[in-house]
Amino acid sequence: MIRKTFEHEIQHVKDEVLLLGSMVEHAIITSVETLKKRDIKGAEKIITEDIEINKKRFAIENQLMILIATQQPMAHDLRLLASTMEIISELERMGDYAKGIASINVRMGEETLLKPLIDIPRMAQIGADMLHRSLTAFVKEDVEAAKAIPAEDDEVDGLYNQVYRELMLFIIQDPKTIERANWLLWVAHNLERVADRVTNICERTIFIATGEMSEIKGTDDEFQTK
Amino acid sequence: MQNNQPEIAIETKNLFIFYGSFAAVSEVNIKIEKQKVTAIIGPSGCGKSTLLRAFNRMNDFVPSSYVTGEILLQGQNLYSKNIDPVEVRRKIGMVFQKPNPFPKSIYENISWGAKINGFKGNMDELVEQSLRGAALWDEVKDKLKKSAYELSGGQQQRLCIARTIAIQPEIILMDEPASALDPISTLRIEELMQELKQNYTIIIVTHNMQQAARVSDYTAMMMLEKDGSRSGTVIEFSETKRIFTNPKDKRTEDYVTGRFG
Repeated sequence: MIRKTFEHEIQHVKDEVLLLGSMVEHAIITSVETLKKRDIKGAEKIITEDIEINKKRFAIENQLMILIATQQPMAHDLRLLASTMEIISELERMGDYAKGIASINVRMGEETLLKPLIDIPRMAQIGADMLHRSLTAFVKEDVEAAKAIPAEDDEVDGLYNQVYRELMLFIIQDPKTIERANWLLWVAHNLERVADRVTNICERTIFIATGEMSEIKGTDDEFQTK
Repeated sequence: MQNNQPEIAIETKNLFIFYGSFAAVSEVNIKIEKQKVTAIIGPSGCGKSTLLRAFNRMNDFVPSSYVTGEILLQGQNLYSKNIDPVEVRRKIGMVFQKPNPFPKSIYENISWGAKINGFKGNMDELVEQSLRGAALWDEVKDKLKKSAYELSGGQQQRLCIARTIAIQPEIILMDEPASALDPISTLRIEELMQELKQNYTIIIVTHNMQQAARVSDYTAMMMLEKDGSRSGTVIEFSETKRIFTNPKDKRTEDYVTGRFG
């Protein structure tokens, strides 16, 4: 095979994207776990680790720039490198959502959770799982998987709506709960956004493999209209 | 109602180009749009230059060469019996890989072709116009009587372009026009092509894919036929942006991504 060096570099970039993805996945899951346990030290660790996520993203971006400048990628290679640039930015933003959840945990201080967390960990679990599989689809350029994963966002949206309604009830019944309800609402909102960004990764994967750029329908609505 | 159909400068219909019994190029059917740059790319020996030279009957100089099919310039087959190849070459000019100015002054390099073609207008004006058109005027206006050989390679190539446009062709063929030039002279020629296409249709053969990507509006990808006949053909012809971002044919993809071979 000619362009062995270039192929090798591309593989290296993909490995780095997987590594970044696993850092983000870990941050999402632990941000909710530490919230559930009200583990403030754990939350602070997530905030610090977000710096590593950002650094990794810039390191990959730099690698991509060097490849574009030195290898003059065309066609599939070009789509891959340009789309990877997008994907790492999505990943970094997902890391920010996890960091946001950790910050809420820290800001809550001595306050207790308004309610036991059931749907919120479920949202985190589904989101992280979708993320994991979307990156596998990206690496394998698995168009079928990339087309199927975004539909699971509906479940996350459903859970979000459920959490939202529940928290509104708390506020209506006792307006003094408004701040504690608001914290949880932000947590749920961040998790809902994670799943949306997974959809963007899937769209990019389809583009890399097929050259067709299209938006996967209806996944960016946090409130489902009936 | 406005007609949005692109205007076609030249078109090939079922074109085969032979050297003796060997079909160097087979079955080419392409329409070259007017006032656009069309690049012909492909690996060595796939018939790019042969196809290019067929457009102004330069292959006629190779004794055993002949074509079947048609090349139509405004509906007229360039290979019809009643067509004068010299007239074809007036309408379809050519710039070669290596600059080939005449061993004459800069001025005469331009005026000679015009004179032969019976130009009766103001020669000084034509020379200036042509040199300006080839983005060379400012560099040579004070030394028009000097030998063309005193110019640098890049300047000589632009002089050859000026010489070509002096006889006001409809189409300009360029066979690797920048491959003998340094990067700056190359970029100058590429910029010049963008200006020239305001008035002319350009067909360029290039080995430099980045150059094809930069300068052309359409790209024809040539490759040897799969049947082992060693005959070249156009396997994909499309907008350049498509060829370099999402080609249809796997062989084009392999070629533009550097995985051919």
